Amino acid sequence: MAQARLGRSEQINGWLFVMPALVLLGMFMIYPILWSLWMSFQTGRGMNFSFGGIANIVRLTQDPVFQRALTNTFIFLIVQVPIMLVLALLFAAALNDSKLWGRSFFRTAIFLPCVTSLVAYSILFKSMFANDGVINDFLLAVGLIATPIPWLADPFWAKVVVILAITWRWTGYNMIFYLAAMQNIDRSIYEAARIDGVPAWARFWHLTVPMLKPVILFTSVISTIGTLQLFDEVNTITAGGPSDSTLTLSLYIYNLTFKFMPSFGYASTVSYVIVVLVGILSFIQFVVARDRR
Amino acid sequence: MSTLEQAVDLDHAIVARRTGPSLNLPALIRRALVYVLLSVAAFVSVFPFLWMIVSATNASPDIVTGKATIGEALLTNVVGFFTQVDAPRIFWNSAFLAIVGTLLTLAVSSLAGYGFEVFRSRFREKIFGGMLLMLSIPFAALMVPLFVMMANLKLINTYAAIILPGIASIFIIFYFRQATKAFPHELRDAARIDGLKEWQIFLHIYLPVMRSTYAAAIIIVFMANWNNYLWPLIVLQTNEQKTITLVIQSLSSAYYPDYGVIMVGTILATLPTLVIFFVLQRRFVEGLLGSVK
Repeated sequence: MAQARLGRSEQINGWLFVMPALVLLGMFMIYPILWSLWMSFQTGRGMNFSFGGIANIVRLTQDPVFQRALTNTFIFLIVQVPIMLVLALLFAAALNDSKLWGRSFFRTAIFLPCVTSLVAYSILFKSMFANDGVINDFLLAVGLIATPIPWLADPFWAKVVVILAITWRWTGYNMIFYLAAMQNIDRSIYEAARIDGVPAWARFWHLTVPMLKPVILFTSVISTIGTLQLFDEVNTITAGGPSDSTLTLSLYIYNLTFKFMPSFGYASTVSYVIVVLVGILSFIQFVVARDRR
Repeated sequence: MSTLEQAVDLDHAIVARRTGPSLNLPALIRRALVYVLLSVAAFVSVFPFLWMIVSATNASPDIVTGKATIGEALLTNVVGFFTQVDAPRIFWNSAFLAIVGTLLTLAVSSLAGYGFEVFRSRFREKIFGGMLLMLSIPFAALMVPLFVMMANLKLINTYAAIILPGIASIFIIFYFRQATKAFPHELRDAARIDGLKEWQIFLHIYLPVMRSTYAAAIIIVFMANWNNYLWPLIVLQTNEQKTITLVIQSLSSAYYPDYGVIMVGTILATLPTLVIFFVLQRRFVEGLLGSVK
């Protein structure tokens, strides 16, 4: 075993290298997450709290605002993540062609949204989707709509704007991962399949997708974690409105803690909902990816 | 699916062109569709940037009514921005936080990444595995306990509160551990025979050899720090300490936001990351991909 080969001074040195990071992780990650678990069983406001058992969990089931935040978060997750990943895959497939004219221009352009801060691009989207804004002007001009869409004032369209915004920001990011993975695939496999008469869609579905599976899994896990924590965009574009139609779990935790009289215990319970969801969804994604081999 | 098919069918088109003058009509149409798809994607990706620049030259009422041509209000907007906010101070705050945070994160996390790879033992592998699991703990679950912790430590409104929780970054530790696998251990053995201590090996041999890994990590961490929003929003409550991201967000959440002024702020907030991206594009992408290799 490796352990036996390590000398004593080597052991000490090894610990010294990793110790600062471990101490900090203990203080700012392990301790807070355990504290939060303990807090989620406390009720009360501010720093006056007492043990409430499962009172907070009961409160979750009776809290319409929480349920709306949970539903909204799931809608964003279920609608946005697949659209974004399919688009990213599509762009990567189109760009994975060394003969394509203007390839690096297209790649750079599609990746460019990734350099903006979440707040900065949210402000841009908020101004573009104003009632008489440039997006409505464009849609009216090309005749796609007859009357302006109340993007930010309507519960349905406000969700659409948030989904469009996140898709704009992150598609290029995911595309880069797919592109890098595609460039590692041996081209001769495609030529062999083509000569055997395998049609293009089948080559994509039965060759490219299975070979990209680890990367697709990786991107869907990180996108899921990201969407479950959605905050900056909704806070900037809609502030959760209109009438809580874009309220997310993170925004609700923030409101519970910092907008109203702080309710640390209940906010911790809501935050554990996110922890549990991340755990369950990551697990499902791993299982699905394994079964489809 | 049909567009996907066409995108992938590029391979087909290339092979066809290589093998002879059989560039038939369907292939041409497919190729044209790929260009249309990529052009639309590129335009949509770049448009908000153009919008940001054009809007900085327009007055707020013109911006929200979708004026998409260069106006004459640029000077007014710039003057407005510099009178409404203490710009030098805000940029100093952002730069200080991003630079100090990046240096500390790199120091602690690269040390740990190196330590985990070079001094292996069964026990440490278990810790590393545990850390990877913690990678999926969402920040939303940590923000409430971290806030209470910082309040107890009397660190609210200090930069220490912003920087401390991010220094031990699991992502960067993982990144450096992966990169260290490529670090030739002959170098380390030779240095040991020459009598160098472990910390000297790290400082004088590892650091210079791994320059490009550090460069990629610096870009990723700097961007994340510069653009950070939620945690500074919670911790910094006085105006003197706010960062550019916090300031443009609070300007945009006014009841009648002055978009002309905000656009100037948004351009200034985006410029540093945009410059880094264009100057160090290859490193930037390497840094992104480093985590999945």
